[in-house]
Amino acid sequence: MAEALSAPRFEMRGVSKAFGATTALDAVDFSVRPGEVCALVGQNGAGKSTLMSVLAGAITPDAGVMQLDGRPYAPRDPFDARHAGVAMIYQELSLAPHLSVMENIVLGVEPVRRGIVDRTRMREIAVDAMRQLGHDDIQPETRVAALPPAAQQLVEIARALATGCRVLVLDEPTSSLGHADVRVLFDLISRLKARGIAIVYISHFIEEVMAVSDRFVVLRDGRNAGSGLTAATNAADIVGMMVGRALDDLYPRGLRVAGDPILQLDGVMPGAATLTLRRGEILGIAGLLGAGRTRLLRAIFGLEPVTSGAISVGTYSGSSTPHDRWRQGMGLLSEERAGEGLALGLSIADNMTLTRLEPLGPAFTVLPSRQRVAAARWIDRVGIRCESARQTVGELSGGNQQKVAVARLLHHDVDVLVLDEPTRGIDVASKAQIYALVDGMVLDRKAVLLVSSYLPELLGVCDRIAVMSRGRLGPARPVEEWTEHSLLMDASGARAAS
Amino acid sequence: MDRTLAVDGRVGRPGRIVTARRLLDERGVLAGLVIVALTFGALIGPQFFAAANLELMARQTAIVCVAALGMTMVIVSGGIDLSVGSIVALSTVVTALLLGRDGSAAGALVAALGAVAAGALCGALNGVLITQLRVVPFIVTLGTMLLVRGAAKGMSGERRLEAPATWLNDLLRTAQGGHGVLLPSGIWLTAALAVAVAFTLQYTRFGRHLFAVGSSERTARLCGVRITRTKIAVYTAAGALAALAGVLMFSKLSVGDPTVANGLELDVIAAVIIGGGSLLGGRGSIVGTIAGAAIMAIIQIGCSQQGLPNWVQQIVTGAIIVFAVALDRWRSKTLS
Repeated sequence: MAEALSAPRFEMRGVSKAFGATTALDAVDFSVRPGEVCALVGQNGAGKSTLMSVLAGAITPDAGVMQLDGRPYAPRDPFDARHAGVAMIYQELSLAPHLSVMENIVLGVEPVRRGIVDRTRMREIAVDAMRQLGHDDIQPETRVAALPPAAQQLVEIARALATGCRVLVLDEPTSSLGHADVRVLFDLISRLKARGIAIVYISHFIEEVMAVSDRFVVLRDGRNAGSGLTAATNAADIVGMMVGRALDDLYPRGLRVAGDPILQLDGVMPGAATLTLRRGEILGIAGLLGAGRTRLLRAIFGLEPVTSGAISVGTYSGSSTPHDRWRQGMGLLSEERAGEGLALGLSIADNMTLTRLEPLGPAFTVLPSRQRVAAARWIDRVGIRCESARQTVGELSGGNQQKVAVARLLHHDVDVLVLDEPTRGIDVASKAQIYALVDGMVLDRKAVLLVSSYLPELLGVCDRIAVMSRGRLGPARPVEEWTEHSLLMDASGARAAS
Repeated sequence: MDRTLAVDGRVGRPGRIVTARRLLDERGVLAGLVIVALTFGALIGPQFFAAANLELMARQTAIVCVAALGMTMVIVSGGIDLSVGSIVALSTVVTALLLGRDGSAAGALVAALGAVAAGALCGALNGVLITQLRVVPFIVTLGTMLLVRGAAKGMSGERRLEAPATWLNDLLRTAQGGHGVLLPSGIWLTAALAVAVAFTLQYTRFGRHLFAVGSSERTARLCGVRITRTKIAVYTAAGALAALAGVLMFSKLSVGDPTVANGLELDVIAAVIIGGGSLLGGRGSIVGTIAGAAIMAIIQIGCSQQGLPNWVQQIVTGAIIVFAVALDRWRSKTLS
């Protein structure tokens, strides 16, 4: 390829970044040439988003050098990066919905004449940018909120062009697009390539990477794990580079015996889910971000509507509210620890006991002394590092916060634990403690439904695993029949592609 | 995930900051109360603390206090109630109307209960509108503020309503046998209600649920707290307490007046905020609220006894509100 011979537009060498004790990036090299699409792939938590934040100026690296067109590049902030010619298109678009297309395109760089915004010039810039994209069908006066998601994404890309971008980073650009819109986007990408723009394409979907990229770079655990020309490789090889690690014995596993069914799903929408969860087993659900796993869990727990299908918990059936679910002996651990899982402003005792205040006082009362005693017992058993049960949860570390959320399930003594990403963003020691607790509960004849994006965790903890891909849950199969490779192939749709 | 880790690295540092924050919490407003009281005591002299003067302050602040009990619960739950002043006015009108039919002692009780029921109804309306229309409390109660005020004016024919004298008129009157020894029954009523509401907030499931809803509604929902039910209940209680404040207002005026208590809701909210309540929800206490109301009453009475004009009093009160909230912001900033 001719492009492969030209000098890189952007290059980083030996970039490292640590957050506290966690190393997010470890001496990573990355480069992209003008007119080239370089795909950046890796599992969740492999360091892709950190790398992109460094590139976009949102995070300052601890070590390493970066160059843009041969000149040193060290953006102070995202604004600085944008002026240097590096534009990011995030999954969540950053447009002002109430403003028009042209106002959005020139936002922050409005053309001014004698102190007054020059609307004629603004319109010219917008029309010109949309024409470059080959989409002059979008009227510059339209309010952005009135446009479909695909068109909004075009506006965002047009804004990047209007500010003179030389490196365009697309982060999971197809996540909110339909099939036809994906084609339009790919056409657009090839036009941008022809104009000599360097494009970094981040995606979970291997088949997209195969279709759109010239070259790929794989990250794993914050390190380079391989790279090459896309045309000279196949989907299975890329997945192999993404996985490539052995299980450690972080995961205790007692002698488990599956017993009576306690949760049954029959064609539940959202999720097209049919499964039976038994006492004494852990059933895992694998899948990519946005595959619809969280939505399924929330529907089971009554936090989101079930559009069709039947759910039965023990002998109860029919749709239910979270209030009913707790009473039926089911508890949910939310993936959003800070936003939903815990009330950060309340005490440890309040957070732990909120679902079951009944035993803490006569009649309708709650005796704080009893509440603290109950909480202190779990603090001790679960191993939460804190001053006292009265301490505010927001003051604890992430791992200890998550243990408070787990202790809530213990205090309630639920039979069915629904865990959504229970170890996301917490330290390894806390992870190990949580695995041990969950294993203990399963031996105690509880049942666990576990959603995790961390494949070693699923393989280490679960008895059976089902894969969810693009909103549909596959059949649950014994853990022995799965490998990280096969899980990832199913989850990313690569099996269907190759 | 990486971003979460970054946050995790920063939180969980116990130590001096936390201690300073704790000191400022409830004790902060009590310290403020002492400072304000001592300041006026020094300006005016020891007679400022005479039993009769203290009783005057208590009588002056009782109406705001009773309404603020309900407001504290609403603010703890993360809401706001702007219709309080209008409910007070409606309550005086309903009391006068019912007394007009039966002026006996028993009739007075019926009148007071009828007024409270009317207030509870208005509160329930607030709760239902907020939960069913999913409109923010500020807007809903801004609407019902006008709506209830209009209803009060309509019911009274836009006049002051005379009513026969009953024991209701004595609720805030100094008891026979001298000052200080036997406080007016309205003050006792206020104190009893304060204890009851404080108990409800701290020692009942409903109270704990209010804190949970106010601190994080999503967490409360996840934990099976029935949000709709809880919110309707808290606005109903706030409406009933506002109506009780209205009965005290009627006692002071001895007429039903649909135009009274205009803007009272702002005094009530100020008392809660000075007392450490957070408009973001999840925080507030009855001790703090009473202290907040007392601070405002001391400034009001102190200024007038010092011969300071009304505008000075307003500037001081305004400054204290802003200062209290600024302190609150600083406090929560050092926390996160």
